[in-house]
Amino acid sequence: MALLTLLAVVTVAIIMQRSLFGVVVLFSIYSFLMASVMMVLDAVDVAMTEASVGAGVSTVIFLATLHLIKTTEMRQVNVKLAPMLLSVVTGGALIWGSMILPPFGRASNPIHQHVAPHYLENSIKETTVPNVVTSVLADYRGFDTLGETTVIFTAGIGVLLLLRGARRRGRNGEDRDAS
Amino acid sequence: MNFDLILRIGAKLVLPFILLFALYVQFHGDYGPGGGFQAGVIAASMVILVSITFGLQNARRIAPQGMVETMVPLGVLIFASVGVAGLAMGKNFLDYSVLSGDPRHGRHLGILLVEAGVFVTVSGTMIALFYAFVERGR
Amino acid sequence: MSAVRTFIEHYNYVITILLMMAGLYIVVARGNMVKKLVGLSIFQTSVYLLYIEPGKILGATAPILDPAFKVYSNPLPHVLILTAIVVGIATVALGLALVVRINEAYGTVEEDEIFERDRDA
Repeated sequence: MALLTLLAVVTVAIIMQRSLFGVVVLFSIYSFLMASVMMVLDAVDVAMTEASVGAGVSTVIFLATLHLIKTTEMRQVNVKLAPMLLSVVTGGALIWGSMILPPFGRASNPIHQHVAPHYLENSIKETTVPNVVTSVLADYRGFDTLGETTVIFTAGIGVLLLLRGARRRGRNGEDRDAS
Repeated sequence: MNFDLILRIGAKLVLPFILLFALYVQFHGDYGPGGGFQAGVIAASMVILVSITFGLQNARRIAPQGMVETMVPLGVLIFASVGVAGLAMGKNFLDYSVLSGDPRHGRHLGILLVEAGVFVTVSGTMIALFYAFVERGR
Repeated sequence: MSAVRTFIEHYNYVITILLMMAGLYIVVARGNMVKKLVGLSIFQTSVYLLYIEPGKILGATAPILDPAFKVYSNPLPHVLILTAIVVGIATVALGLALVVRINEAYGTVEEDEIFERDRDA
């Protein structure tokens, strides 16, 4: 609970911060806190991924982007009414709806009755792999993972096409018709 | 190349262990937390560390551009061909039980191969992304 | 009294939705594109949290089978989110690549200035 509250505090700090460098560093802290929360929630594989991807590689890529562009937000931080109202109303409705969800952490919740017991009981019997996350990831739901891998491949190709192509225009728009 | 001495020596000390940890996470993924996704990212972070401390040229010697760009589709290809192997041997797509005499070991082997495919694609993509962003800044 | 109890049992969902709304607010209200992408990432991580939370059983352990333990948390959301995180960074990197190209074409990443330049051109 304390970790979750800390997450909310860091998020408010991200909203208030105007220097993009600060935003990226705070986002790295946010990812690490998120990894700790995942750890507490028994999702060790997810925590590991979040710590290495969220706090590691994504920070590096954000910083590499900041190297290429201006690093401060131009506009004054003024609270705009319409987006605030939108968020508050949507959030209120969602919180009101979430109150009838099953309470946190009970073994009798519907999510634990469906297909998960099958994986937990049969993973060793059918695949000899004790880490159920791995066996579900690669075997029971391998088709899913194949799709996800293809998405990563596609995104990688997209970035390469966008960034490795010939630079036709000047960096700050001064020679925009030079092509 | 007047980088900080402590930083360079420290990075040099840490580098092999990062790679070792990536391989441990990769091959121990069946028994503990880990797997292709995490190991791929950790291996990519090693190359990123080399590139940050020793410069892009040295990182290119470890992971040449061509190799990285081949890795991106190669992993998906490994994954899909393991699936097609099941198909060719008379079972469903991505059914690994045919890969070995004992269906249980076949499925274990299939999981290892698939994780290897994921590792190749993820590490290749992460390194390629980093190279693309850094090159743009030159 | 039962209202307080309900609130405490759903505190994790309340925080998750707060994070989600913070992400939504940043995406809608802020003009800077890098900030927008950070907001999008916050939205995304709150969805990860929303998936993982119901999978936890109090007193259970991580889903790595061992004879010493009886109760395990639900592994299925972990699998879905594990892949989603890596896909998330790949797509965010695609967004950042677009931001870099926009910056090269317009010289700015502020939404208002881009609209102004389009109007002038």
